[in-house]
Amino acid sequence: MQITVLLLVLVLLTVIGFQLGRSRAAASVGGRTVELHSVPSYHGFYVALWAGLPALLLFALWSASEGWMVMQMVLAGLPDRLTQVDAQALSLLRADILNLAHGVNTGREPDPAVAAAAEQYVRLRSLGDWSLLVIGSCLAMGGLLYARGRITPDLRARNRVERTVNVALVICSLVAILTTIGIVLSLLFEAMRFFAVVSPIDFLFGTHWSPQMAMRADQVGSSGSFGAIPLFAGTLLITAIAMAVAVPVGLMSAIFMSEYANPHLRTWLKPILEVLAGIPTVVYGFFAALTMAPFVRGLGQGLGLDVSSESALAAGIVMGVMIIPFVSSLSDDVINAVPQSLRDGSYGLGATKSETIRLVVLPAALPGIVAAVMLAVSRAIGETMIVTMAAGLTANLTANPLEAVTTVTTQIATLLVGDQEFDSPKTLSAFGLGLVLFLVTLTLNMVALRVVQKYREKYD
Amino acid sequence: MTDLVQQDVRTQETRAMSVTATKSRYQSAEFSDRLRRRYAAERRFRLAGMAAVGIASLMLVVLLGSIVGKGYTAFWQTQIRLEVTLDKTQVEEGNYMPVLRQALYAVVPEVTDRAGRRSLNELLSSGAPYQLEAMVKANPSIVGTKQTVWVLADDEVDQFMKGFIRRDVPESERRLNDIKIGALDKLAAAGAVKSAFNTTLFTAGDSREPEQAGIWGAIVGSFLTLVVTMLLSVPIGIAAAVYLEEFAPKNRWTDLIEVNINNLAAVPSIIFGLLGLAVFLGFFGMPRSAPLVGGLVMALMTLPVIIIASRVALKAVPPSIREAALGVGASPLQTVAHHVLPLAMPGILTGTIIGMARALGETAPLLMIGMVAFIVDIPHGLTDSATALPVQIYMWADSPERAFTERTSAAILVLLAFLILMNGLAVFLRKKFERRW
Repeated sequence: MQITVLLLVLVLLTVIGFQLGRSRAAASVGGRTVELHSVPSYHGFYVALWAGLPALLLFALWSASEGWMVMQMVLAGLPDRLTQVDAQALSLLRADILNLAHGVNTGREPDPAVAAAAEQYVRLRSLGDWSLLVIGSCLAMGGLLYARGRITPDLRARNRVERTVNVALVICSLVAILTTIGIVLSLLFEAMRFFAVVSPIDFLFGTHWSPQMAMRADQVGSSGSFGAIPLFAGTLLITAIAMAVAVPVGLMSAIFMSEYANPHLRTWLKPILEVLAGIPTVVYGFFAALTMAPFVRGLGQGLGLDVSSESALAAGIVMGVMIIPFVSSLSDDVINAVPQSLRDGSYGLGATKSETIRLVVLPAALPGIVAAVMLAVSRAIGETMIVTMAAGLTANLTANPLEAVTTVTTQIATLLVGDQEFDSPKTLSAFGLGLVLFLVTLTLNMVALRVVQKYREKYD
Repeated sequence: MTDLVQQDVRTQETRAMSVTATKSRYQSAEFSDRLRRRYAAERRFRLAGMAAVGIASLMLVVLLGSIVGKGYTAFWQTQIRLEVTLDKTQVEEGNYMPVLRQALYAVVPEVTDRAGRRSLNELLSSGAPYQLEAMVKANPSIVGTKQTVWVLADDEVDQFMKGFIRRDVPESERRLNDIKIGALDKLAAAGAVKSAFNTTLFTAGDSREPEQAGIWGAIVGSFLTLVVTMLLSVPIGIAAAVYLEEFAPKNRWTDLIEVNINNLAAVPSIIFGLLGLAVFLGFFGMPRSAPLVGGLVMALMTLPVIIIASRVALKAVPPSIREAALGVGASPLQTVAHHVLPLAMPGILTGTIIGMARALGETAPLLMIGMVAFIVDIPHGLTDSATALPVQIYMWADSPERAFTERTSAAILVLLAFLILMNGLAVFLRKKFERRW
């Protein structure tokens, strides 16, 4: 509530600041705006920035730190018997207070001290929000008045505003870098915690995957086992099936569309592939699980084969269909980039169209096609929904496409869904898998880019 | 005249050939054989191309066909008409179910034993009393009177009426026993069973009972998520694209940013989910299952898409525009803000809408941050627990009931309708504002 009000106040003050700054600048030279260093609207932006920016920065800092600070204050007020415990119990206590404060029913009777702490937490938070509203509004008002007072005909308003905007633009373009750093750090950090429990060698080269963790210490197989080889094998199997579908079909469609189809046919065929590319993966997953898997199973039984109801084949085929447009559009680009003169030369020597394509166009486009296939492989490895819905959960180490296998992404999804605990090796192993997945896809993408750059034939 | 000349030339040629050799190498049997094989290879290659396009089209038709075929029935659902007597004491105690059951027993008076009556009870949806309650709340004067109401039937009754539960299989293997079917036949004969448009699907949140389950909660969740995504990724994405395309000096740093953006675009979506889980939930302690977190993760995911599309659009604006603006004394920022950006806007918008459509269909990152919970209530704010349409599809696809399969397909159709709408808008914008320089 208070936050909404504060944001509204800020918007209002910025707009007012803009108007005030512009009119004041015009008034300072008696309406002869040519005498100003900058156009009046720059003075308006100058005042508006002064009104909005400091308050917005305060707001960002405040909302990032308020929860933590209030929690520290609440914890300091609790009796020692509750707070002088190990880190895990302390985080549990924090969660309890938060749950009570947000009115979430935890299902057990709370300790009166904790209940009081939760009440205090709610009170302090609301106090904090109110003071943020008041301080923020004052800051915005102060900034507005300060900047308005500084307006003179000689004020270099344009330079100041443009410098601020430039800084903002640079910050925005750094968000992408920050995201990458965030991904790498979060994966590394959590994976390190996992590798502190399970050795990386066991993880990367073990052949048994069963991430169940024990409820009790004396349970059989209580340690769980985290050998990820079956997952890598399953991922590779499904990816190989997908590629076996997507590469020939995608490449041949691209060749047909760019070399054979007349423009009229192209206008019909292109949207079909675009629609195929636009269908959400969850829809492909549903199709794989409810239509393709029973079909493959029925077909296999008709041939006297024993097909699992969650066969790798069904998931792989549907994933291949999903990737067809990806391969096709990337290959289409590289095929079109081959200069016409090469084709004309080939025709001039008497080659047929297919000979020209096979012996001249494709070799010239090969680096691009290889890169396209690598990007497609990286897509297939990282695809989650189809395999989560249509492939199995049992970690089979098999190369038989009729059996159920599980993949890296499936395991990440199932290990983390519905699990609140964040410190068991079971959930942490998902980050270990995520790190491997990230590194593999990153390498594939980088190599694909390098292949294009290094082996591209330059004809012009 | 010309004919004569040509004939003359031709006769000369034949004469010349018959002089040098009886047959040239171009007329030899080997040559024509080779030529035939080359042309056959040509035809085969062409056919392979057509087959590839055909396979892709066939898969699309099968995919859409199977979903429409499974899903279209979910837009209707069965209702049962009952003559209820709204007893005052029962209404005051809130016991609406017995009221309905009495009315149902009255239809089939011959069923009197406990087991039979329990079967009859199962004909009605467990949500039926709430319908009656809402009716009484809206018009309290009907208490004590006899009323005709249409209430929801159980999902198995619905499946039976749609013909998915066959009556010719033995009773032991059928989901509906003979008592239920007898009662339904009796009701149907009296015109007391109808198939009405399934408004529940579009107004309700999730439910364990298929007949009461709807996608409105998921649609609202998706909408809130997309709003956050758009508010963050569009301004930041456009600003980043403007900087990289218009202002950034060419040096190692900007190269790094570029490589970075291209790589981010290819990072699997589930990795973004892990990022959200570790950073937004773990580090910043944001609430689980909230559209706010979902939107943040989606924003980071769509950012590269928007940056790349915006850069392409900015690049397409010819340099003469910039030179003219700079020439009349505009500052670089004024040039971009007043001239380049407005001209690039249609392209940027198209890319943005396509990015948003992708975010709308994305599921995996949302699973990671807990938007996969069973949530009955419609979310009201950015921090309420919510789910999203694709996640709802994922959850329903897991349910064993036939009625949920049907609703999953219907939800997919709704999702596809939204996607078609967004992509259609993008195509329209591109067509309307496309400009060739």
